[in-house]
Amino acid sequence: MNIEELEQIAEAVRQENAKFDYEVNVCMDLACFSQGSDKLRDALSKAAEASGKKILVRRTGCMGPCSSGPLVRVDPEETLYRHVNAGHAEAIVNSLGGKPVPALQCDLNEHFDKQVRVVLENAGHIDPEKIDDYIARDGYKALLTALTEMTPNGVIHRITESGLRGRGGGGYPTGLKWGTVAKSGGDQKYVVCNGDEGDPGAFMDRSVMEGDPHRVIEGMAIAAYAVGASRGFIYVRAEYPVAVARLTAGLRDARRRGLLGNNICGTPFSFDVEIRLGAGAFVCGEETALLASIEGKRGTPKPRPPYPAMSGLWGKPTLINNVETYANIAPIVRNGGRWFANMGSERSKGTKVFALTGKIANTGLVEVPMGIKLREIIEVIGGGVPGGHTFKAVQTGGPSGGCIPAEMLDIGVSYDALLKVGSIMGSGGMIVMDDTSCMVNVARFFVEFCMTESCGKCIPCRAGTAQMFTLLTRICNGQGSMDDLDMLVNLCGTIKETSLCGLGQTAPNPVLSTIQYFKNEYIEHIVNKRCPAGVCNMEARVEVLA
Amino acid sequence: MLAFTPPPLPSDDKRWKIVNGTMRKNGFARHALIETLHTVQSSFGYLDDDAIRFVARSLRVPLSQAYGVVTFYHYFSLKPPGKHTMTICAGTACYIKGADKLIAAAEKRLGIPQGQTTKDGMISLMTARCVGACSRAPVVLSDGEVAGEMTREQALEQLERWAVE
Repeated sequence: MNIEELEQIAEAVRQENAKFDYEVNVCMDLACFSQGSDKLRDALSKAAEASGKKILVRRTGCMGPCSSGPLVRVDPEETLYRHVNAGHAEAIVNSLGGKPVPALQCDLNEHFDKQVRVVLENAGHIDPEKIDDYIARDGYKALLTALTEMTPNGVIHRITESGLRGRGGGGYPTGLKWGTVAKSGGDQKYVVCNGDEGDPGAFMDRSVMEGDPHRVIEGMAIAAYAVGASRGFIYVRAEYPVAVARLTAGLRDARRRGLLGNNICGTPFSFDVEIRLGAGAFVCGEETALLASIEGKRGTPKPRPPYPAMSGLWGKPTLINNVETYANIAPIVRNGGRWFANMGSERSKGTKVFALTGKIANTGLVEVPMGIKLREIIEVIGGGVPGGHTFKAVQTGGPSGGCIPAEMLDIGVSYDALLKVGSIMGSGGMIVMDDTSCMVNVARFFVEFCMTESCGKCIPCRAGTAQMFTLLTRICNGQGSMDDLDMLVNLCGTIKETSLCGLGQTAPNPVLSTIQYFKNEYIEHIVNKRCPAGVCNMEARVEVLA
Repeated sequence: MLAFTPPPLPSDDKRWKIVNGTMRKNGFARHALIETLHTVQSSFGYLDDDAIRFVARSLRVPLSQAYGVVTFYHYFSLKPPGKHTMTICAGTACYIKGADKLIAAAEKRLGIPQGQTTKDGMISLMTARCVGACSRAPVVLSDGEVAGEMTREQALEQLERWAVE
């Protein structure tokens, strides 16, 4: 395989597609699938065949606005239809060549206009199980360019120049991490992809792995070339069976095309990837815990240093990045670091994918340039809070993040700005809450999550989260005192300072941010024994923790 | 080095061959422990003592370590699942949209707390950390089939359908 052959494959796909007058793309991602988009696709295929028109019916990954699903997009007109079911198939097929079906048309121009698609550029345009579809959209071009025209250092330089920072949440500069692994000595190095999307309420990585698996594989292969690794692992949650199947098929197809394996494209570079299943442990999103899990052990974190870049899997230098980070690599190598650095804000470059959920009109996946105001994401892209309710807070970063109140909505989305208001970027969960959510109860929810997910290795996290939970439960039940609140704040500080890994260090964030911005709700629970949102049951007895 | 002979299969149940296949594919390496346990669970539905013992011996992992791994990860179950399983997602988006009420209603209807199976072995009630269908919260999986925007009534209806079988 060389660039010319790749171009030939792409050309063949384009010629094949040119035989059709229309392309009917059906979203088959989980949200649309759960509403019967598989039956819809079959009905469309049948109607297309019966009509005698030249129509290509294609299944695709997530198109974005899941709340309008099942979604169908007709090309080349780019007409988007919402809430389509199998019964609509004939009407859509009959409309081709004439006027679109008005009853199904989806007006989400504002929703899409504010978005910039880099990671999701192929979502809704390719069949995730067809490697040639990916190749036809410049897939694997970046890998071949890197292998044949660039040195490993050149690749790292380009990534550094782009200003890309880790999309798993921490925001560590990707180029710097790659450079460290590249400089580490040793005959064996590993590249690992963190697909253990543990943040409950986030599904960006699932959608990328399911909708565009080759993008992740290509990113990993480029990374392996840059740092000098020959083996890779993708660690995926077992709760994502479709992602596992798509990646497995993707790896097989890439091997068949000679894009993985020995002497890729006739160069001395060899690289292959294996899939490892997670088994339901949030802490495995922490890098050292994840590596322990790949080694078949309990996922307990280790103190750093040594960092995985020096001593990771089986003691060898290991590069570990998140799914979305790898998904950004191919476009950066293709278009240059400056192209990427031109997007976004001063210290947070590029775009970020968010899973917009909760009390918001347009739930789904969005990709926005860094620096965009939170208000724009929620009010314009998300369409605001539905049902006549008022916005109360937006939660980012999951159990490690915080709740951001209405008066802070004009901050631009960047790693630093979110940190400053007591939250974190996180992996990209963005959950909107309205006046029916009790912020004390929300804090309790996250603390309960961290308590259950604490691996138990270090005391501040193991015992501290349990104590936080007891205090919050007391407050929620109307049995808390102002002393409890002080104790809670104190305890949060201790856990933050003394926990071993990110799980414990960030577990107090939801508590601290809700105390900071919604202290009145805490006081209302404690002093007036009243839950302003009407969520907490004040008469409940305190559960005794063993 | 002494040659290692893996232990014989626990019975002539064909599923053990699948389990053995996973271990063989990984060269009986210790790091294949979690992979193998996944195969056991997907073949048998849960992990019993015999299975853990067999896997531990085959991979030369101390039994304590194998048991430690099984109990560390939520995905592994030591009890057989019921004939039907209802899994209610308890992720953040589902919580905001009232999943706790669904869980309470299902617990009341079945008379068991989440994580357990009814005495007749018919229905297991489970919760999930997040199934990744957050945009359609609250989400319920009925025997693995994902349904979004679930109401209390719909969840109870599903339980009724199973109960009359």
